[in-house]
Amino acid sequence: MTAVSVRSTLARREARRFHLFVSPWLVGFVLFSAGPIVAAVVLSFMEWNLLQSPRWVGFANYVRMVNDPEFWESIENTVQFGVGAVALGVTFTFALALLLNQPLRFQGLFRTVMYLPSVVSGLATALLWLNILHPDYGLINKMLASVGIQGPGWLASQEWAIPGLVLMSVWGAGNTIVIYLAGLQGIPKTLYEAAEIDGAGWWRRFWSVTVPMMSPVIFFNVVTGFIAALQSYVLILVMTEGGPGNATMVLGLYIYRHAFVYFDMGYAATLSWAMFVLVIVVTAIQFSLARRWVHYEFK
Amino acid sequence: MLLETAARDKAPARPRHPRKPLTSEQAERIRKIRRSGAYILLIISSAVFLLPFLWMLTTSLKSDEANLAFPPQWLPDSWHFENYVKGWTGSLPFTRFLMNTILITALSMAGNLISCILPAYAFARLRARAAGFMFAALLATMMIPREITLVPKFIMFSKLGWVDTYLPLVVPEFFGVALYIFLLRQFFTTIPQELIDAARIDGASELRILWSVMLPLAKPAIAAICLFSFVGNWNQYLENSIYLRSMEKITLAQGLGMFSGQYVTQYNQMMAVALLSMLPILVIFFLAQKTFIRGVTLTGIAGR
Repeated sequence: MTAVSVRSTLARREARRFHLFVSPWLVGFVLFSAGPIVAAVVLSFMEWNLLQSPRWVGFANYVRMVNDPEFWESIENTVQFGVGAVALGVTFTFALALLLNQPLRFQGLFRTVMYLPSVVSGLATALLWLNILHPDYGLINKMLASVGIQGPGWLASQEWAIPGLVLMSVWGAGNTIVIYLAGLQGIPKTLYEAAEIDGAGWWRRFWSVTVPMMSPVIFFNVVTGFIAALQSYVLILVMTEGGPGNATMVLGLYIYRHAFVYFDMGYAATLSWAMFVLVIVVTAIQFSLARRWVHYEFK
Repeated sequence: MLLETAARDKAPARPRHPRKPLTSEQAERIRKIRRSGAYILLIISSAVFLLPFLWMLTTSLKSDEANLAFPPQWLPDSWHFENYVKGWTGSLPFTRFLMNTILITALSMAGNLISCILPAYAFARLRARAAGFMFAALLATMMIPREITLVPKFIMFSKLGWVDTYLPLVVPEFFGVALYIFLLRQFFTTIPQELIDAARIDGASELRILWSVMLPLAKPAIAAICLFSFVGNWNQYLENSIYLRSMEKITLAQGLGMFSGQYVTQYNQMMAVALLSMLPILVIFFLAQKTFIRGVTLTGIAGR
């Protein structure tokens, strides 16, 4: 046998092994990702309540969506929640990460406490915050009342429902803190030393070293934070079901309602593509803005 | 940022000309004041994060009247531990829900581990013509919103007659989770090739290399995946509530959801049961905190 054919036999064997090893995922990919994605495209052109047989309606669902005021309301609510959660979450957690990065004692303990809420996320969190945000008996309004301030109605009020949900999401943003901390620890000490020798005070060091060096991490947290916020609705489903009125009807919830309450599968599929487009558009905006403020060491 | 600024503002008027040397006493005093400012801020923010948990605990121990009282009672005047028993064994069979949750979580975790290790190894270490394309497909699935596949999957599983069984929740878990495969693959690629070559020269098979060389070295990543999988499945609400209908089959998260609808004012029992439901996660978190945090860091770094 020649060397070349030995090598090609080996390569073929390796490729065979690759396909064998990768097969669990590949089957899952076809059955539970690619297949359903194709089905979602087809579904969006159909009308189907699962009882009668599906009916081809062309672009009717898309036309309906564009003319559906509730859909646009849900987009508005989703974006409001996303902007609120990201703006507050990203800055607040950055401040906390800076504090946690100081060489102080008990930092492990502080870090644990701040990370804890993100672990218990789920229904228990929803129930807890229903309680905390209760207009009369909730923790926040009781605290406000004890200093003589009448708190807002939170989830019972059209204006304050989304801010209430934003507070809850910031409480559970421990992951962001951890990622910031990893970033902060990766900034070379020499940069700070050089800045100090040049006579830079802490403010200058913060703006000219920490912020530019951290900007890729901040960017990462902004992008992933937005993607997560635009898609989060499970807790909202339990807490408000979209109310009061439609004040917390976010897009995910609107899709859920059409799919699993009205069993309007075609329209739900159409709306889910709107979610996809929304995520893409918001992410694309992030990336185009990034050129102005994100600093990369190695271009 | 505000907090950081405030922390440093606690320092007394800092010298305008940084190059003028401070006496060591002055420098020491500034450092001390700054440090205590940072401590104060850390303590305040920790309190903000902890307060909801404490509120949960005290609410769960108060009587109904005490929870509705005004002015508010911060601590219960009498401790009502029976709220836990009443909530758990009341009209909803929470022990049953717990068993169901344990079953689904255990099966899903096993499925995730089995089905993610092999593909991750293949993507990290084996060459094939289609590998690059498949890896791109893997990454793409992580970016597609879950809502898109939710509806077609529901239709598929309901046509299969799987609604109100555990199959739609457990079976897909045996076919790989893109995020976990990606995480593990990133970890596998950092293991030195020499180790693998050495094992190969010794005549080890591919599976043997995976089992005896790669897995022991990838323990941190595997532990992180186990934890993510555990927490994710334990807290899973959406898919459970879509697929599981009958009372004997539903999970803790669903039980909590029903609880909130049934007893709108019985916050004490509601909080008691909610606390009990998060207990396993709290325990595991405290035992494996480092692994958790390393896992999140890995995801962050991998994602960047």
